[in-house]
Amino acid sequence: MVTENPEYLLEALHVVKVFGTLRANDDVTLRVKPGEIHAFLGENGAGKSTLVKMIYGALQPTSGEFRWKGKSVNVGNPAAARKLGIGMVFQHFSLFEALTVAENIALAMPGDFDMAKLSEKIARVSKEYGLPLEPTAIVADLSVGERQRIEIVRCLLQEPRLLIMDEPTAVLTPQEADQLFVVLNRLSREGCAVLYISHRLEEVKRICHNATILRHGKVVANVDPTLETAASLARLMVGADIHVVHTVREQSEGAARLKLDNLNLPADGPFVVELKNISLEVKAGEVIAIAGVAGNGQSELFDAISGERPLARDAMISFDGRPSGRLGVNARRNVGAAFVPEERLGHGAVPGFKLSENVVLTRHSSDRSLVKMGMLQSGGATVVSERVIKAFDVRKGKPDPEARALSGGNLQKFVIGRELDRKPGILVVNQPTWGVDAGASATIRQAIIDLSRDGSAVLVISQDLDEIYEVADRIAVISRGQLSETYRANEISLQQIGLLMAGAHEVKEARHAATA
Amino acid sequence: MQDHGELLSIILTIITASTPLLLAAIGELVVERSGVLNLGVEGMMAVGAVCGFGTALIFGPYVGIFAAIAAGVLLSLLFAFLTLSLVSNQVATGLALTLLGLGISGLIGVGYVGQPGAKLAHIYIPLLSDIPWLGPIFFGQDVLVYFSLALTAAVGYVLFRTKLGLVIRAVGDSHQSAHALGYGVIPVRYACVAFGGGCAGLAGGYLSMAYTPQWVENMTAGRGWIALALVVFASWLPKRVAIGAYLFGMVSILGLAVQTKGLGIPSQLLTSLPYIVTIVALVIISGNRALTRANTPACLGQPFVPDR
Repeated sequence: MVTENPEYLLEALHVVKVFGTLRANDDVTLRVKPGEIHAFLGENGAGKSTLVKMIYGALQPTSGEFRWKGKSVNVGNPAAARKLGIGMVFQHFSLFEALTVAENIALAMPGDFDMAKLSEKIARVSKEYGLPLEPTAIVADLSVGERQRIEIVRCLLQEPRLLIMDEPTAVLTPQEADQLFVVLNRLSREGCAVLYISHRLEEVKRICHNATILRHGKVVANVDPTLETAASLARLMVGADIHVVHTVREQSEGAARLKLDNLNLPADGPFVVELKNISLEVKAGEVIAIAGVAGNGQSELFDAISGERPLARDAMISFDGRPSGRLGVNARRNVGAAFVPEERLGHGAVPGFKLSENVVLTRHSSDRSLVKMGMLQSGGATVVSERVIKAFDVRKGKPDPEARALSGGNLQKFVIGRELDRKPGILVVNQPTWGVDAGASATIRQAIIDLSRDGSAVLVISQDLDEIYEVADRIAVISRGQLSETYRANEISLQQIGLLMAGAHEVKEARHAATA
Repeated sequence: MQDHGELLSIILTIITASTPLLLAAIGELVVERSGVLNLGVEGMMAVGAVCGFGTALIFGPYVGIFAAIAAGVLLSLLFAFLTLSLVSNQVATGLALTLLGLGISGLIGVGYVGQPGAKLAHIYIPLLSDIPWLGPIFFGQDVLVYFSLALTAAVGYVLFRTKLGLVIRAVGDSHQSAHALGYGVIPVRYACVAFGGGCAGLAGGYLSMAYTPQWVENMTAGRGWIALALVVFASWLPKRVAIGAYLFGMVSILGLAVQTKGLGIPSQLLTSLPYIVTIVALVIISGNRALTRANTPACLGQPFVPDR
């Protein structure tokens, strides 16, 4: 028996969670004090989400104990957690797109069902915390930042004692993140504890009072983040020094290899962004990154460049000077372009196909060794696949596994490696390291830079500003389907990018909230 | 006067022809709003029709109504068990349910073929029912006509004005999110499927006890499929389902009336007319794509397996 210690709000003691043969949590102990912003750090797959889901009652531990204000509790389901005073903002929002803001919040509220009263309360609380929300808006029409506000307000209305946030800033502009930190600090002053999961170590140093670090399901350290450096925190998370991406900034102005000229693409559905007058030149030897908050036209732009949605006029897009706007995907590959979409499983690779078969899918028409007279050359595909696996250190369980058997980071290395292996003259990548851990990210970013230094033109679409600064020679920002001018990476600040990302509308809104 | 009588009887027939479509469709609407696609409406109607008919022969049509509902619920629970608990494919299971229902109903009904059935009485309110025209139309129907309209209004109210309806819509929109918030996705879906089954059974019973009080094999004649189509074309909105059901009933009965007049219009055209008119009309009223998109249950037909 451990003695009761009311000093802590929440204690997770010796918690074990086993999935099949995987020990996702192995004797994890975590203690959170009232009013503390407690960082919970670890690489992807370290077991953070597993523990958090158990605290929130969405999963049950294999063994171990949870204590709430010193008393042993059994959190059977999320409703029980909310009753205790635990609120959670999910990484992948638990929102209902077809419902209104108020309806989404009503679903999480116990007791009476009075939409009018609730709407009024939502408007009041959201204004009070500087998180403006329109109760009657349909979620599908809202930006990612606004959706997160719904989740936060939903938690705040229940006056939680502990707020769990899973990577809240991953989807926000720097300004939106700053606004969030103001809210978190205020909650902390009011006595509400925050369990804060993030990959961004700088912000952990900035706002957290305490940090518990998890590696391979085990707690490896409990430190005061203000006394650490980002590098020392990263070392604790990974267990080794992270490869630093190395850029040679030799600015050779080559010829424009990828050219977008007044590219327009109308929306073909209700939740699709229209692309308006996008012009851009990517020269040989350079990496251009397009920043932006998700849902501002990135996937539409990618589809337009890759040829998944052909354009109205050939002149809108040129590869090495050849107008190609009306060509399909394969024709564009055959002129030397390569494309890596955002969604690796289901878009970049077929989950149920072997890696060698996935090689054939993007390279059958450009690579003579894969198909002869319409017949598949499986030997050739295996050679390519092995070469990619070796070059990018893709870790796998058996020689030629199905794509779905690989972890996210390894599959991403494979999908990118498959295209890089062709030495394409033009490479377009959407979110190259989304959901990929630090080690694999560094490998991928280095490979992208190296390709450009060999004379290729590379366009990276990313939401991750750290990544953008790491790889890009020039930066442009996409907002509501329009692209800004390009700026040299060393001539534009994070704050300026943030303003461009938000676009005029949201800046006004933020200013309004600040004065309210 | 004779012409008037004929027109009145056409209007009354339209109402009785539309009621089973409305009952079956409003039930399926609730099922689909919860994210389940049950293609077995036709089968559940057939079983409801034969069970209602058989029970009505012994105990009268009012008991027959409950037998028809119970039969539909039972069959739908089989579907729920297979698709929700055992996570079988909803489309394949629904199709199988239709085949099963048609088969079983034929088997049960062997002895009933050709027997005169018990007919559900029309209500009679002194004075009100005697008003020319309005009386028979508004105050002289059988109870299920009123019930089907009340049920449509009630479903609309519950779905859009109450917490229960909000939960049903939430489960149909994102079962993962509903689960994360602590709602029982599977129990909600079981309840909705059973409700849909009851409505389909009742619709079948209406055919064999009110529309044509007799039992004939395959007497549902594709009405279950029409009900399914109505739900989709009506953008999952109860009011539009009612409009669609009555429109379909009206055009099909008018078609029959025109045919008996012998105006020389090909009968194939007349029989296909209700389908064409209903589809065109509902496509026009669902022209607002954003509204349709917002009302389409995003999880429709997708299996749900919670993580443990």
